[in-house]
Amino acid sequence: MLRYAILRIFGAIPTLLLVIALAFLMVHAAPGGPFDAERMLSPEVEANIARAYHLDESLPQQFVRYVRGLLRGDLGPSYVYLDRNVSEVISRALPVSMQLGVLAMLLAIVVGIAAGLTAALSKNSFIDRFVTGIAMTGISVPVFVVAPVMVLVFAVYLNWFPASWTGGGGVSRLILPVVVLALPQIAYIARLTRASMIGVLSSDYVRTARAQGLRTSSIIRYHALKPAMLPLVSYMGPAIAGILTGSVVVEQVFGIPGLGQFFVTGALNRDYTLVLGIVILYAALVIGLNLIVDLLYGILDPRIGGR
Amino acid sequence: MSLLNVNDLSISYADVAKPVVNQLSFSVEAGQSMGIVGESGSGKTQTAMAVMGLLPANAIISGSIRFDDQEFLGATPDVMNQYRACRIAMVFQDPMTALNPYVRIGDQLRRILLEHRICKPAEARDRVLAMLQRVGLPDAERQYRVFPHQLSGGMRQRAMIGAALLGEPDLLVADEPTTALDVTVQAQILGLLRDLRSQSNTALLLITHDLGVVAGNCDHMLMMDDGRLLEEGPTRDIFAAPSNERTAKLISASPRINVPSKTTPLPGGVSPVLKIDTVSVSFKERSSSTKSRLHAVRPLSLEVLPGETVAIVGESGSGKTSLARAILGLIPAGSGTISYVGKRLPALVQSRSNEIRRQLQMVFQDPVTSLDPSMRVAEIVGEPIGIHEPKKKKAERERDINEMLQHVGLTSELRERFPHELSGGQAQRVAIARALIVNPSVLICDEAVAALDGTIQSDILHLLQAEQADSGLSLIFITHDLSVVRQISHRVLVLYMGRVCEIATNDELFERPQHPYTKAMLSSIPVPDPNVKQDEVPLMGEVSSILEPPTGCPFHPRCQHAIARCSEDIPELEATASGSVACFRAGELDLSY
Amino acid sequence: MSYLAAIKPILRKSRDNKTIVACGSLLLLIAAVALIGPLISPHDYAGTDFENSFLSPFGGDWHPFGTDDLGRDLFVRTLLGVKVTLFVAIIASTVSLGIGVAYGAIAGYMGGKIDALMMRAVDALYALPFIFFVILLMVVFERNFLLIFVAIGAVNWLEMARIVRGQTLSLKRRQFVDAARLIGVSTPGIILRHITPNLFGVVVVYMTLTIPQAILVESFLSFLGLGVQAPQTSLGSLVNDGVVHMEGAPWLLLLPATALAVIMLCFNFLGDGLRDVVDPKKNA
Repeated sequence: MLRYAILRIFGAIPTLLLVIALAFLMVHAAPGGPFDAERMLSPEVEANIARAYHLDESLPQQFVRYVRGLLRGDLGPSYVYLDRNVSEVISRALPVSMQLGVLAMLLAIVVGIAAGLTAALSKNSFIDRFVTGIAMTGISVPVFVVAPVMVLVFAVYLNWFPASWTGGGGVSRLILPVVVLALPQIAYIARLTRASMIGVLSSDYVRTARAQGLRTSSIIRYHALKPAMLPLVSYMGPAIAGILTGSVVVEQVFGIPGLGQFFVTGALNRDYTLVLGIVILYAALVIGLNLIVDLLYGILDPRIGGR
Repeated sequence: MSLLNVNDLSISYADVAKPVVNQLSFSVEAGQSMGIVGESGSGKTQTAMAVMGLLPANAIISGSIRFDDQEFLGATPDVMNQYRACRIAMVFQDPMTALNPYVRIGDQLRRILLEHRICKPAEARDRVLAMLQRVGLPDAERQYRVFPHQLSGGMRQRAMIGAALLGEPDLLVADEPTTALDVTVQAQILGLLRDLRSQSNTALLLITHDLGVVAGNCDHMLMMDDGRLLEEGPTRDIFAAPSNERTAKLISASPRINVPSKTTPLPGGVSPVLKIDTVSVSFKERSSSTKSRLHAVRPLSLEVLPGETVAIVGESGSGKTSLARAILGLIPAGSGTISYVGKRLPALVQSRSNEIRRQLQMVFQDPVTSLDPSMRVAEIVGEPIGIHEPKKKKAERERDINEMLQHVGLTSELRERFPHELSGGQAQRVAIARALIVNPSVLICDEAVAALDGTIQSDILHLLQAEQADSGLSLIFITHDLSVVRQISHRVLVLYMGRVCEIATNDELFERPQHPYTKAMLSSIPVPDPNVKQDEVPLMGEVSSILEPPTGCPFHPRCQHAIARCSEDIPELEATASGSVACFRAGELDLSY
Repeated sequence: MSYLAAIKPILRKSRDNKTIVACGSLLLLIAAVALIGPLISPHDYAGTDFENSFLSPFGGDWHPFGTDDLGRDLFVRTLLGVKVTLFVAIIASTVSLGIGVAYGAIAGYMGGKIDALMMRAVDALYALPFIFFVILLMVVFERNFLLIFVAIGAVNWLEMARIVRGQTLSLKRRQFVDAARLIGVSTPGIILRHITPNLFGVVVVYMTLTIPQAILVESFLSFLGLGVQAPQTSLGSLVNDGVVHMEGAPWLLLLPATALAVIMLCFNFLGDGLRDVVDPKKNA
């Protein structure tokens, strides 16, 4: 088991390196440089700028320089926010996005599991169909449709929450974006939980538990819950990725100064380093969290965990 | 009053035309052992499920199932739960799926005690430990903590039985409890059930397809066919004088070994069609870090003559399937050579020429999965022609396919069917047709009839024997079922943990076995004759783990004739008057019947 | 030959499944309307009419969906949006299907080191927050219509590859593959004639689930302004445009959004229904 863990950890490193390399290549493959969009510069000024940002070096050289910087924790200067470097920008934006993402994930897990279990236990009843229907809708309707509609209903018409980030303070401005971000994941998790629980409840070992005279509540508590939750653990990886992706939209719609926002503006403005930095951060997060999820699954499933 | 009274029980499902159980009536008295026998599809498992109240919600049930004075049909789950475990309990067929793989054995058993408040929570653990010991699990403390996948099949079944008996029920329902186990372990489990029942006078309702099991374990039996009751009464009476033609047919078709073999040994002096020379098979141990190898088959040699049937017999862990796959080149042999008519063959099937490949064919255990589910019967049987005789014209191909289908006993109207639309017997015939259409010299059958019912089994065996008589086909028959071996083989090779124990002719093996393992296996087989006493358990223990084989002779930990030398040295295969044996004491022991 | 044979039982069983029939029919209906509708309406999707801007639905002159800020008929524009969205999604999904199936089948059948390497690559790509790469791609190569397909296809093939590989692995262990080897079928022959036809069920199911994903990606790109260019439009663009005027003219958002949601729901339900047909073990 320990061996499995160490192997996985070491395996993740080349993956991360590969990601960095790919991202780097992509960013530098973009035609045009960061300063093209601005004024027309004279050739000497351009050359100076190129030298200052090492843009005149060959690609491999730039890559090595970048990785060296990474290891030192230096993500380079931002090409757009000229007075800050990337690390500063990211460290401002990160907590905002984290707050949003973590809350959304927690909400999704709690509500999703509750809904899924309820549906599974009253299979084919009205409640089940209702929950399944809502879940399907949650998956089908894109976030960028839900978000403005919810803003319209809850912020404008009902005036319960502020319509944008700057519109109000503290907790209330978090609620709408967190809910919107969590919705698709609630749907996926509910569906997954439902299907998983139904599968477990129709398994041979649950039949044995019935033959042993266990009540339904006992069966669920002592025999069904753990196996049913396992697929959910596996799903956490894609779920996290989903939240990260969704946050880009949500931040746009609500005007939240998070990493997603900075990424989009950075991409549109050819801010190489910022974009690269954010991509790598996200990738590292996803890889790291996937690793934790894998290891967790290995511990929980006795057939892999073994003793 | 009877303990269990079933009256006019009928079970049907909306999407199936015929009822699966039709007006079944029988009763079980306290302390009695009743066997329900029938082929697959006869409705016996459905009956057992109905008695326990475990049929799915869409089952349409009518009639009456009365346990003591409680009517089970229509009873609420709460009422049923009061009876389950404490008055009536069940043991299922496959302990791997019937036990929760995610919960420790001890916890699963303890849960029963706690749910039914059979004892105080503080005492529960000790009670479970006592039961684990009682069912013969060594080192109960350890078994308490393990998960099901860490136990062998036999041990899992013991745990299941232990779980069922915790509540001290009056009736134990056992659905094919030993079908998934080796024959030597089956004897142990049946012995365990006999012992436990004699201590507590628990009634037994035993569901099985094996008449031998019924004969040795049930005083009363009822025979089911197609959902209906065929016959019911004391076991002795039914075997002695079945009142019904179908019952008689089922009894006589039941596989047995104490019949004379119908094969005559082949004349010697002929050059072998297949020569296996010190072939071994091993695998890299995947999950551990060391480079240790798993030795599935130790170097063994065998020659197969043209027109001969050689049976390779072994229980789980014997390596027989690995050997078959290595001969065919599906996996590489670790050492040794395989020669066809004197020519050395490349290890892997991909490297062999088409000419060679067509000579060695295989029929697999599960007929339905051995056929490509997306192909129709005609395509399946025709594919080999397309490869080996690509220039053949379409009309000729179709003619060949039709001829072959007829040859194996199928009508050409099955041509357009898919594998899932065929019965087990039909699918196996298609597999045989596919193998035979290229006219091989050697056909390897890996448990080819294990998944088939008795009557169909013997049909398929007759088909193979007829083919052998016709074309001089050699058969290598891999099986654990000695009655099949008795019926069709010329020579037999017995494997245990990858080593050869004994090679002998058919008659010699069954009448004068020379190796203790052979003798133990033969004695473990339930005989379909209630007059034969079958109370002894010939072999204790289970096959050792392949990862930690015993020193010396692999069989010695279980052998009642073992001496000191057996744990030190490995016996070599040595020729004797009637074959060869690998046992230090072969000369002195007389194991004949 | 065996490919057709593999589909037939699925088609037969599908006919009995109400969800599949309902959703399938609805989708076909929507597609039909999208093709025929513009021929009926007197309006053109690009025709601006400033006099009649912001008309609410059924506000006279053949505007069942009303008009937008430039006086363009929303009904016809929505139909165009449906056409474009479906077109992009189906083509992109087909691309990702082609890549994913080939990749997954080869990795799964070859096994061993090749499989490990190929799946390691997939893992790496999976970890990339792909949406970012899609955005980068679109920014980098300017709004090239063709590139939308590539971008979407590039995102979706991973899931298909994983599923196909898993299915191939389990098929590989089945004995009919051994039988084929014994008969003498070559490795490419086995992959093509024995493995791929049996992948069909799984592939069909995931196709119907990939299409909604592709629609989402396309819509998202349009939302960011990186999708199809005006005056062409897709449902995503329409929604994006609608958001701006949400308070004053909610129908500009709601009508295209509903169309989008209905299409997505149909595909999702269809995929679920097909999954039940193909793998009855998962029956609830």
